[in-house]
Amino acid sequence: MVGLLHQTLSGLATGGVYASLALALVMVHRSTHHLNFAQGEMATFSTYIALMLIQAGLPYWVAFALTVVIAFALGVAVERLLMQRMARASPLAVVGVVIGLLLLFNGLSGWLFGFTIKQFPSPFEGNGGGGAFGGMVSDHEVGMTAVTIAVLIAMSLFFRMTKLGLAMRAAALNPESSRLLGIRVGATLAAGWGVAAGLGAIAGMMVAPIVFLDPNMMAGVLLYAFAGALLGGIDNPAGAVAGGFAVGVIENLGGAYLVGTELKLTLALVIIATVLVVRPAGLFGHVTVRRV
Amino acid sequence: MSALLEVRGLRAGYGAGEVLHGIDFTVAPGGVTALLGANGAGKTTTLRAVCGLLRRAGEIRFDGARIEAAATEDIARRGVAHVPEGRGTFLELSVAENLRLGAYMRRDRGVAADIARVLDHFPQLAPRLRQQAGTLSGGEQQMLAIARALLARPRLLLLDEPSFGLAPLVVQQIFAILRAIRAESGIGILLVEQDASLALALADQACILDAGRIALAGPAATVGRDEQVRRVYLGY
Ligand SMILES: Nc1ncnc2c1ncn2[C@@H]1O[C@H](COP(=O)(O)OP(=O)(O)O)[C@@H](O)[C@H]1O
Ligand SMILES: [Mg+2]
Repeated sequence: MVGLLHQTLSGLATGGVYASLALALVMVHRSTHHLNFAQGEMATFSTYIALMLIQAGLPYWVAFALTVVIAFALGVAVERLLMQRMARASPLAVVGVVIGLLLLFNGLSGWLFGFTIKQFPSPFEGNGGGGAFGGMVSDHEVGMTAVTIAVLIAMSLFFRMTKLGLAMRAAALNPESSRLLGIRVGATLAAGWGVAAGLGAIAGMMVAPIVFLDPNMMAGVLLYAFAGALLGGIDNPAGAVAGGFAVGVIENLGGAYLVGTELKLTLALVIIATVLVVRPAGLFGHVTVRRV
Repeated sequence: MSALLEVRGLRAGYGAGEVLHGIDFTVAPGGVTALLGANGAGKTTTLRAVCGLLRRAGEIRFDGARIEAAATEDIARRGVAHVPEGRGTFLELSVAENLRLGAYMRRDRGVAADIARVLDHFPQLAPRLRQQAGTLSGGEQQMLAIARALLARPRLLLLDEPSFGLAPLVVQQIFAILRAIRAESGIGILLVEQDASLALALADQACILDAGRIALAGPAATVGRDEQVRRVYLGY
């Protein structure tokens, strides 16, 4: 029983990371109908930048904030310089470009920062906290859950309360109508890529202390995030977040009681395949009520 | 007085096919120009060309400035609001969010007051602010689309068949609102409409579009009296 609770809690902690990355995937997909398979590698690259800043002597949270800003700029640059040109390309060509981007960032990470596994600091460890729930979850797991939940709440407020957030949703739903209202749709797409990359960077910095940093760090995480996004509905932000948390728990419980840690990643593939076959719109699939 | 919108030799089309073969018309400041014609004549194409939603050539002046090469969002920012065919509603967003989007370009503090004002015009929308726009009836959606356009505080309003698919009573209500808007705000209106008698009653100028050319233009009253126009284009 205690073990079950332990596995569930730590599943929720990593689930927050999947949820953040799933939200990033959904944001890009909703507005451009592209699946950014490079989202994970961009996050890894950003995490290396964070490590570099920390090693240069910046306090953790300053490096954290700076990394998010840099990741945002990186996302905007990728959209403006590359993806914008792919707006009218065939889906296959887009997949090709995105895979190219994945390889590019993966190679760049290894080339610039080395291929060896590195430790990444946690801002939550070493405070003598001793974790929570009687030590069942570590300080870092508590902290990362708090950070991801705070980020997800901030995202929700941003999209519902701010003018830019509303414009980004509008542009994703109906670009032509948005332009008629004066919204610069191209700029909102770029901002969407930027915000997605920022979310990825946070996910990367939160997961790195657990899985260690190497150029392939996010490959597995992206797969889980993708499973979460599909589970919740690839065009449904709230659903994808819920899906990310669910996948985190399924992964941990499945790994502990069902298939063992070696086959955990297979669970993600099973979820992806099952959703695609049984319910392609996801559990909370995007349902629009409309009357004529 | 110089025109608010002046269109000269406008050509536009889709892909290789040209739909508008050089048309001329104007909308006076605070005036209403009706653009009439059979289905497929090119009315929607004209409005879309003015807004830069498709490739066009010729001369389009808004308030004296050339806009035929401008991007759609810049034309909107100059003060042209377009209620498109199909209404352009953000069906998945709430009614309130649709209205806020109408005021997206504005930096002033009067938006909340203006939302209250347009809700006076469209009282049906007030109790539905939190509802998903897709759940509104057709008439309510048309009202929402007009309200959204007005919130941009435009100087020119382009309306594409505001009566389309609506019950006669709702159409009457919408045209009553258009008359009120015209009287109180001084917005110029370019009105595309199937119901010619309704349109001619509101308009001061009218053009009949036939296969991408202006077949007849003049004061609305004159155009409405023309026997041949009645028979051939207006069907009454
Ligand atoms: N998206 C499009 N692609 C190609 N041709 C179009 C398109 N939309 C309209 N047309 C053609 O342009 C002509 C004018 O259409 P439209 O402007 O919609 O007419 P109206 O609004 O007067 O009914 C029609 O012959 C129509 O078939
Ligand atoms: Mg039409």
